[in-house]
Amino acid sequence: MRSQTVNAPGRGVSHLLRRGEPLVWLNAAAVSFSILAVLGLLVLLAWQGLGYFWPHALSLYQLKESGEIVLAEQVAVQQVPREQLLAAGYEIPGSGPQLERLLLKRGNRDVTGTDFVWVLRNELMAPTAPPGAVRVEREEWGNLYGFLEAVLEDDVVVASAKDSAAATWERFQTQLERARRVRSDIRDLERGELRATSQALEQLRRRGRGAAAEAIELEGAYERALRRLTALYSESARHRYQIRLADGQQLVLPLGQVVRAIQPNQMDVVDKLNYYRVRLWEFLSAEPREANTEGGVYPAIFGTVLMVVLMSIIVTPFGVLAAVFLHEVAEQGRLTRVFRAAVNNLAGVPSIVYGIFGLGFFVYGMGGEIDRLFYKDALPSPTYGTPGIMWASLTLALLTLPVVIVATEEGLARIPRAVREGSLALGATRAETLWRVVLPMASPAMMTGVILAVARAAGEVAPLMLVGVVKLAPTLPVDGVFPYLHLEQKFMHLGFHIYDVGFQSPNIEAARPLVYATALLLVVIIALLNFAAVTLRNRLRERYASLEAG
Amino acid sequence: MSTYGIDLEALQRRPIDSVEAEDVAISVEDLSLSYGGTAALRDINLNVPRRRVTAFIGPSGCGKTSLLRSFNRMNDLVNGCRLNGRVLLEGRDIYAPEVDVSQLRRRVGMVFQKPNPFPMSVYENVAYGLRIQGMNKRRKLDEIVERSLRSAALWDEIKDRLQENALGLSGGQQQRLVIARTIAVEPEVVLLDEPASSLDPISTLKIEELIYELKSSYTIVIVTHNMQQAARVSDMTAFMNLGRLVEYDSTDRLFTNPRQQQTEDYITGRYG
Repeated sequence: MRSQTVNAPGRGVSHLLRRGEPLVWLNAAAVSFSILAVLGLLVLLAWQGLGYFWPHALSLYQLKESGEIVLAEQVAVQQVPREQLLAAGYEIPGSGPQLERLLLKRGNRDVTGTDFVWVLRNELMAPTAPPGAVRVEREEWGNLYGFLEAVLEDDVVVASAKDSAAATWERFQTQLERARRVRSDIRDLERGELRATSQALEQLRRRGRGAAAEAIELEGAYERALRRLTALYSESARHRYQIRLADGQQLVLPLGQVVRAIQPNQMDVVDKLNYYRVRLWEFLSAEPREANTEGGVYPAIFGTVLMVVLMSIIVTPFGVLAAVFLHEVAEQGRLTRVFRAAVNNLAGVPSIVYGIFGLGFFVYGMGGEIDRLFYKDALPSPTYGTPGIMWASLTLALLTLPVVIVATEEGLARIPRAVREGSLALGATRAETLWRVVLPMASPAMMTGVILAVARAAGEVAPLMLVGVVKLAPTLPVDGVFPYLHLEQKFMHLGFHIYDVGFQSPNIEAARPLVYATALLLVVIIALLNFAAVTLRNRLRERYASLEAG
Repeated sequence: MSTYGIDLEALQRRPIDSVEAEDVAISVEDLSLSYGGTAALRDINLNVPRRRVTAFIGPSGCGKTSLLRSFNRMNDLVNGCRLNGRVLLEGRDIYAPEVDVSQLRRRVGMVFQKPNPFPMSVYENVAYGLRIQGMNKRRKLDEIVERSLRSAALWDEIKDRLQENALGLSGGQQQRLVIARTIAVEPEVVLLDEPASSLDPISTLKIEELIYELKSSYTIVIVTHNMQQAARVSDMTAFMNLGRLVEYDSTDRLFTNPRQQQTEDYITGRYG
């Protein structure tokens, strides 16, 4: 009370500082800024990425001058200064300092070469939205935009738009459903039986038993599967559809290539939401197509999660053992201080350095040695002596090791001396005390270390490019073929996928929304992984609550 | 030392007449202890009688806890701790090289100042020492856990909460649980290091009653700051100051008719 009256006349900066209010404001500002930055990032990613799956309307655009007609969906609108266009050599009708430029997705890459085109609004007549416009998503060549004319079976027209547009559309959809089933049969056969038998055969041959009875039996099975596959392919080839493009060109294309088709101008909100759901699910569950610019990212999700899990499994025991040694076993002195400093400095080494180390030590060193010892018959083609998911996990485990060590050591240091002494006083040895009391009590701290490690590892891309990540992995590292988990395989990763789609893609406009969507997905997955680890830690904390209280 | 040539120190140190040779559980001979060069105990000689309560009193830093901790070699854990002299448990030197420290600590249990239950269930806390010894038979464990909790006067309060986390108990219950944990391994000696200093008066009373109960089966050594407590629970009392044993006598005599001026000053509150 007295000090207040003494200070009362001295209002102003020093008074404010003494009361600490500016500090509170600064703290609040810093916190709000951080929250806004994170929210801004998420909103940007969501806005740019999630719009991609919505079925946009198709419109017919006609150029005023040439009369050329394009059936396209509008992707973006830009304001361009007139000077810029003039400088670029355009002759522009109309007036005004700013002109509107549209980015149209016209698809039909197999016919036109590019599926995106920029047009000035001035050069266009007013667009119309034809109800019968069809958007066909294909396995190859991107989307097809046009008008469905007929459905063919063995070159015979079975439904024609001239008779009934609705009936043709219906027929098209039922045939499409059938074609999709055939396609999935083909895939199952190729991925499952054919692969398994050919791998088993390969193994037999490598062991020099190519002529054994079981090999002959396998070959028979392989032949039969192959015949089934051929039958499926010819069944798929029987069905085709005829489509008319906006410029009047007519194409007859195989139905087996169609992923799905819609008439966006006839869809109501429910249809559109339904379609949105299907597309989003495809993004999460399907494999990528068309140099990763179409389809889903499931293999990348799988690869990311599997790699992080493997990394955690490797790094936790190593980190905990190292921390226990440093804190419990080793005599505290100059040497442990040096070790600790070294560990802390490891955390500051750029990740690409770990990548190079991983490539040199793990892949070529250890992997090469494993190949020489166990996979001699497969040489010179390497089995483990090439980048793969195991080496990637090991490299990231090394990268995150310091985090786990430091966190665990802090946890060990927080355990009250009284508890250790209590155990020792009951006749437990130091090892028994460590195992039965100290380590369980330090487990929340270990989990904290793992959480930090997961957060760091899941977002890391640079070292992975050297030790196992690829643009497109033909198969997942986990499948039904013994030994089920293929640690030597290369894998896909969301972080690298973002880089690849965003910066290595031949079709930049098509890839752009996928970059945002994938980035959002990566953030969500890291958040989920962290959430799982945090939940686990909180469970442990509840059990060993004394640490937080005392 | 004195003009009359009488060795006063030898007089102070003389073993107490009430303790006969065959009744000695722990015998301390010329014990000196230092931490990193700083002396904590100097030339202690003392006999702890079997199945009695012996209290160590004295001002803070007088070495009473150090002395207690040298009975089960807890000082081994402290870096830079040096010890001279002998501590005999049932006539055997516990600092002899062939002694297994874990075995020793099973025979000499210890309860600390602050309750330190493990973050496990009540049951597992009591069973801990037994499990360490490799006992895993459920029925035997159940039996010993119940008996130990009954001995620690805790059974009736928490018999329905055996599977709950021990950290959820009150401070007094936790301390009695720690005592139950200690006696579950059936030690010969129980060392109590200010067992009631962090407890409320009622819990303190319960602990004191418990000590009274336990002394029929265990040799008990208690360190306490509280002279009333020492007077209430102990049969023998040792007053220590500045690392030396000043006076050791039966509790009655020490509190009513101390031989040393220092002791009198301390117990009457004029000192310390």
